Amino acid sequence: MKKLIVPALLALLIAGCGSSPDTGAEQSGAPVEGRDGVKTVTTDGVSGVKLPPELTDPKSILSKRSVYFDYDKFEIKPEHKDLVAAHAKFLVNNRQFKMLIQGNTDERGSREYNIALGQKRADAVKKALVLLGAREDQVESVSLGEEKPSCVDQSEACWAKNRRGDMLYSGEF
Amino acid sequence: MTRPNFRRLRQIALCCAAAFSLAAQAQLSIEVTGAGANRIPVTIADFGGEAGVSRALTSVIRGDLERSGMFKLVDQAQSPLTEASTVDFGAARSRGADAVAVGSIGAMADSRYESRFRLFDTAKQSQLAGAAFVTGTPQLRAAGHRIADVIYEKLTGEPGVFSTRIAYVVKAGVGRFELQIADADGQNAQAALISKEPIISPAWSPDGGRLAYVSFENKKPVVYVHSLATGKRIVAANFKGSNSAPTWSPDGRKLAVVLTKDGGSQLFTVNADGSGVQRLTSSGAIDTEPQFSRDGQHIYFTSDRGGSPQIYRIGAGGGEVQRVTFEGSYNVTPRLSPDGKSMAFITRGNGGFRLAVMDLASRQVQVLTDSYKDESPSFAPNGRMILIATEIGGRGVLSAVSVDGRIKQRLSVAAGDVREPAWGPYQK
Repeated sequence: MKKLIVPALLALLIAGCGSSPDTGAEQSGAPVEGRDGVKTVTTDGVSGVKLPPELTDPKSILSKRSVYFDYDKFEIKPEHKDLVAAHAKFLVNNRQFKMLIQGNTDERGSREYNIALGQKRADAVKKALVLLGAREDQVESVSLGEEKPSCVDQSEACWAKNRRGDMLYSGEF
Repeated sequence: MTRPNFRRLRQIALCCAAAFSLAAQAQLSIEVTGAGANRIPVTIADFGGEAGVSRALTSVIRGDLERSGMFKLVDQAQSPLTEASTVDFGAARSRGADAVAVGSIGAMADSRYESRFRLFDTAKQSQLAGAAFVTGTPQLRAAGHRIADVIYEKLTGEPGVFSTRIAYVVKAGVGRFELQIADADGQNAQAALISKEPIISPAWSPDGGRLAYVSFENKKPVVYVHSLATGKRIVAANFKGSNSAPTWSPDGRKLAVVLTKDGGSQLFTVNADGSGVQRLTSSGAIDTEPQFSRDGQHIYFTSDRGGSPQIYRIGAGGGEVQRVTFEGSYNVTPRLSPDGKSMAFITRGNGGFRLAVMDLASRQVQVLTDSYKDESPSFAPNGRMILIATEIGGRGVLSAVSVDGRIKQRLSVAAGDVREPAWGPYQK
């Protein structure tokens, strides 16, 4: 059995029966806005191009791109100085190449604060490269904070791998 | 705001509100791990009308109220009860119900539905509220949330937040991040953005129509403003270096952001269309995580200018900086309550990162959780609950915690990490 209801009549009934003086929420047939319209956007990201062999050949020091940092530290450790110097030399000899340095942190703490900490690591690498002859406009330092860990276990060994600066060349970013 | 006339109930309504319910197809499932000490006993009668539809409606209302931790649902004495029925107040009272909601749902000529209800005080035998809402079939749940909001407000004296929305990010596997928008009960989740790269720091515009966030789709952090209905995205900040931590001014015209374009992480303001960038802080330290005060006069932020990360505040146009937090060595992510009187933040202590609330007048701090990895607090628009991200068993979950710490609800996604929650404003 289907009941036929006249909404207007009912609205009147409801309004008429309000015995309390402060039923401010009382409305008749208020349309509830359809707010389901969330349109989905999909991003593609960036796709790489081919780099010269000296940047990718595992036998070349330039294939190594990561500089690791101690906890809460932002200085480049002595063991990474040769690597940074080699990349500076490549940038000096290949002025058409640009570099993006991505600073990273371990997962502990606020995501946004970690963006700022990762930035300090990227800035340290950039400063060293510029001191060794790379042009300021060749190198951009940015931070990925804790968002792109290379290791996901919750251990000091793993966190140490995530406290790093990665050097990317034109075509890789 | 309507003043509640249900005084006795208001007196026992000491605790807090919430807004989550459970259903079969939930992408977010919710578990309540606490409840208010004095829950208001209320009967939500079986409503009249087509059985399947009315059952769907009342289950939304009951779910909202029950999971808020504020109400105890009492079985009805009569069934079903429409807004035209004569309520047996004595019978309702003898079952312990202080209030009874009755109603019905009916199809209209244009195939939409009209949901009608009334709420009665069983002691006074008088009507507390009555309303009708019209929705299309897919939005039937929205009518249930509206009715639950009215009942909540009448019985507690605070506006309900069952009709609001939340945003959060799901890491759905390697290389898949989704920025999702769901109803406050976790239902009706829809992806606003799907990306291979991380998305963080979603922030609702004051009108609830747009989200600002940080996306890493270009191998670096860039701030976007995304209109939810159209999917249109505007690059709000993409300067050399990192662009992050967006937050809206209360009038929705400006964003405060963190940029490294001039060296270091510093606060800037920018118009929502990306124009008119202005530097706000000039320190040699990290300045990040800005948030406008509710009156728009100040910006609270995190800085390590004193040696460890602490919360400070500066005039919205710049000027003198005042330190806000002093206890402990790590206090971050300031978020102001809707009434502007308190501040949620994350504090490190006993080896964990925990949600804390500071009363801004007295500077008293209360730590609300004993977690080890709380992040990204966000107030419900009525100020009763704080939504946070936390981690349980190595997996990201969302948790809603009442401002007194008594009610805790956990929201998790079956397959994936959930993080970066942001509770949206009231729907206008």
